[in-house]
Amino acid sequence: MGSTNSTLIKIPNVEELMQETGFSTAHIIRLHDRFKELDKERRGYLCPRDFEAIKGLAINPIGDRIIGAFFSPGRETVDFYTFVRILAHFRPADNSRPKESSSPEPINSRTNKLKFVFQLYDLDKDGKISRIDLLKVLRGMLEMQVTEEQLDSIVDRTIQEADLDGDDAISFEEFRKSLEKVNIDHKMSIRFLR
Amino acid sequence: VLLVIFNTQCRAVTIEDEDDYTIKSSKTDAGSTTNTSGDAPAGITTLPIVIWKWHHVETPYLVALWILTCWLCKLVSELNHKVTNVIPESGVLIILGFVLGGIVWGADKAQTFKLAPVNFFYYLLPQIVLDASYCMPNKLFFSNLGAILLHAVIGTCWNAAAVGIALWGCYEGGAMGDLDIGPLQFLLFGALLSAVDPVAVIAVFEEVHVNEVLYILVFGESLLNDGVTVVLYNVFDAFVSLGGPKINATEIIKGIISFFVVAFGGSFLGVVFAIITSLMTRITYKVQIIEAGFIIVIGYLSYLTAEMLSLSAILSITFCGVCCQKYINANMDEKSVITLRYTLKVMANGSETMIFVFLGVSAIDKNIWVWNTGFILLTVLFIVVFRFMGVFFLNWILNQSRLIPISFTDQLVMSYGGLRGAVAYGLAAILDEKKIPEKNLMLGTTLIVVYFTVVLQGITMKPLVQWLNVKRSTQSDLTLNGKANNRVFEHVVTAMEDICGRMGDNWWTRNWNYFENKYICWLLMKKEARKINDKILGAFHTLNMEDARNYVIENEKKGSLEFIRNYDAASVDFKKKLALDYADIMPDIMADMSDYDFNIENVPVTSVIRNPVPSVSMDIHEQDMRNMNGELNAHHLLEQHLYKSRTHNRPTYSRSHYNTTQNPEEVQEIFQRTMRNRLESFKATKRSVSPANKKISKHSKNDSTMKTNGKPVDPHRTHPLGDEDFEFSADSASSSEAAANFPGRSKNRSGAGIDNPAFIHEMDTSFPMRNPPWQTGTSMNLAPSQRAEGRLPWTPTDLTRLSPMMADASVDEEAPEKHEDKPGSHNTRL
Repeated sequence: MGSTNSTLIKIPNVEELMQETGFSTAHIIRLHDRFKELDKERRGYLCPRDFEAIKGLAINPIGDRIIGAFFSPGRETVDFYTFVRILAHFRPADNSRPKESSSPEPINSRTNKLKFVFQLYDLDKDGKISRIDLLKVLRGMLEMQVTEEQLDSIVDRTIQEADLDGDDAISFEEFRKSLEKVNIDHKMSIRFLR
Repeated sequence: VLLVIFNTQCRAVTIEDEDDYTIKSSKTDAGSTTNTSGDAPAGITTLPIVIWKWHHVETPYLVALWILTCWLCKLVSELNHKVTNVIPESGVLIILGFVLGGIVWGADKAQTFKLAPVNFFYYLLPQIVLDASYCMPNKLFFSNLGAILLHAVIGTCWNAAAVGIALWGCYEGGAMGDLDIGPLQFLLFGALLSAVDPVAVIAVFEEVHVNEVLYILVFGESLLNDGVTVVLYNVFDAFVSLGGPKINATEIIKGIISFFVVAFGGSFLGVVFAIITSLMTRITYKVQIIEAGFIIVIGYLSYLTAEMLSLSAILSITFCGVCCQKYINANMDEKSVITLRYTLKVMANGSETMIFVFLGVSAIDKNIWVWNTGFILLTVLFIVVFRFMGVFFLNWILNQSRLIPISFTDQLVMSYGGLRGAVAYGLAAILDEKKIPEKNLMLGTTLIVVYFTVVLQGITMKPLVQWLNVKRSTQSDLTLNGKANNRVFEHVVTAMEDICGRMGDNWWTRNWNYFENKYICWLLMKKEARKINDKILGAFHTLNMEDARNYVIENEKKGSLEFIRNYDAASVDFKKKLALDYADIMPDIMADMSDYDFNIENVPVTSVIRNPVPSVSMDIHEQDMRNMNGELNAHHLLEQHLYKSRTHNRPTYSRSHYNTTQNPEEVQEIFQRTMRNRLESFKATKRSVSPANKKISKHSKNDSTMKTNGKPVDPHRTHPLGDEDFEFSADSASSSEAAANFPGRSKNRSGAGIDNPAFIHEMDTSFPMRNPPWQTGTSMNLAPSQRAEGRLPWTPTDLTRLSPMMADASVDEEAPEKHEDKPGSHNTRL
């Protein structure tokens, strides 16, 4: 346990981080180890190249977008805090947490998870998923054999299904509504080993 | 009417449903008179025109009559929905069984028709288990297998031991008065009562629709605990025969060993039979008429073989069904699959009905009722209490390591759903009276427990579920949105896991999937089936069929299928267009593809049919159809073309483990795209000169290729990712050479984030210029489009002669048939 304590000390503001994200000590340590592993040049932060080196991401159709989600607009580096905060979205929701109306919503709440995905779609950051955004995402996820017309018709129908106010784009509320039956917590959680 | 029938039966000779200890005497007298009248030539004096041949047909007649009666009871119970909303159907059947039993008793003063264990175990139970296992959701089952096994084994043992010991304790304490039972017999009784019954679980949970995890936990447990029950029962039975003093350590050890042998032996036997079945379906395409029957027979044989070897028969047939379903569904023709499914359903449901009715009938028998208040009440109490304790304790252990813990309400329902049923009754009926003097008491108590759980708990299950707000099974009615988003979620989670570096390696699952795909599928699935297995989702096809049906139904209302008439004036082009449309939506309508040995694998049909807009523009109806097609296309396209994420086949409710994506070409494509994107951004920032050159050279190459095909590149057609992709993805649609190339390519890329454009140049030359499938238009020779459909399941109907792509005259008369299956009306269901 001595080594873990010393690791914790090395990370400043660890308490705050744990409080904010809800990760336990063991999680933080594990994530820190992983961070160091990815950060091959030992700079203390990650840049896109480090992410791209991860094998699984290269064959992920939206891998690039996910990498992009780590980097706030304008920044070229990801420090440990951002790293942990983004990953905190994927913690399984804990039902046992007391609901305090005063404290801000936990990062891994359903809304925040949905917001994360919404941001993946919404590249131009205008708060809506327009046709172009959707087109790009679907194009990436669909196989090569789909033609333009077919892709167009899919996008059209998708927007038509979710778009309630008729502005030909999907706002966050519409997005959330279209997914209300889906169990987001199950689908967007990964297990951080205890 | 029923009374009359029964009375005539009762006057007849002994019935086959009888047990050893039912009264025969009153029957034989009546029987002998009828016998002599129907006797053969020896005693007649003149030529009889009509003879009363009751004794010839007696046995099958009675069997058939009873089956009919039971099914009529089921009909009666379904008549009034108000009743079935309160009491589950099984409860109603039991009550009707009481009535019937009363009638028989009234006529006979003896229960001539009982649920004989032999009939139950050999004729009524196997099909229920086979049906259940064939329709088992495999992914869910195996991902929760740990939990299920824990409950089945430990839970059942606990139930048996606890109930037995508690009852014995109470007996010693004097709560039951004077009984001739020893501790071993109590344990035996506990063992036979410990098993949760699959029949009862199906019957009750069917109407309640709880969420699938809960259902699979209870149901899986009910299936797998047979292994334990059989062992416990046999062991304690043997112990009772041996007597108390002879039981020492060796016997106990043997008992434990026998558990492993019986359970694993039964399962192994089931797997062996599953392999036999799958292999059989590889060759039965010649006899598709009876193909479905093979599975039923072989399944039944697995049951009997296990029984013969004194292994767990239920486990055997369960694993037979569970393991073979994937392969036989892939191998068999669609019609056979449907036949099999419905046949199994008929048999299973019919048996279930009969079991419950007979459970009711068997109760009306004065001989078995030995009333001992203490015994009965205590049994019921202990059953319930220990079930709750066991379930909660085991779930507490499980929740320490599950990703999605089992909620408290789910656990409540699980405990409450520990229903006992006919299996317990059957085991009790087999008890040897000489060894166990209190057999009748046990039998009676078992019946009461069964009634308690099935009727009482069945009645209260639904209100309980509603009151507790248990999560119900979600409707799988997904929209396009939902589907796309689901896939996005999967991709996101996979990526996150990669980023986190999932240390929880589940090497086994990954390797199992690899192993399975490589060897097992090769062995057990037909060649054509293997090709389809990967890409085309069965749902896509089912949807198409349903849409087609809906379309016909709707249009028939408007009158005769008028669109047929409109197409008479069509030229050959148009027919081809229709065919293409069909090909787009209905891949299986195509010709007998097994005759064409194409090497193109995994080419989705839509790749060939780029553009459904016909060259010949027809009337409004045509346009209408095209719109509908467009809408359908959207759904089906999405369904078909979404890349599978690595998590696609991944179970979500267990320790996360993931497997590599199954499709190397898909991996390839995504990989190439990503790399290309990165490369472009890299190039854009660093170099501005050479990329242009590269592009030009590639374009020229493309142009030359395309021209050799005789089809010019359409300058206006904007391919999604630009022309450069052709080289990369050209091979994605072709044969295994692609797979071979992939490792070669990956060597260049491994570990590198951004690549040197020089490498790409090398890759250019290494690829043979192949035509991407969509390049080869529809106007040219028909081979490509047929190639596309090459590996799809074909139906052995009269459509086999149909070769839509061939410019045959035979197409003409078959065109109308095809119209029947035109894509259906707009349907948002997915």
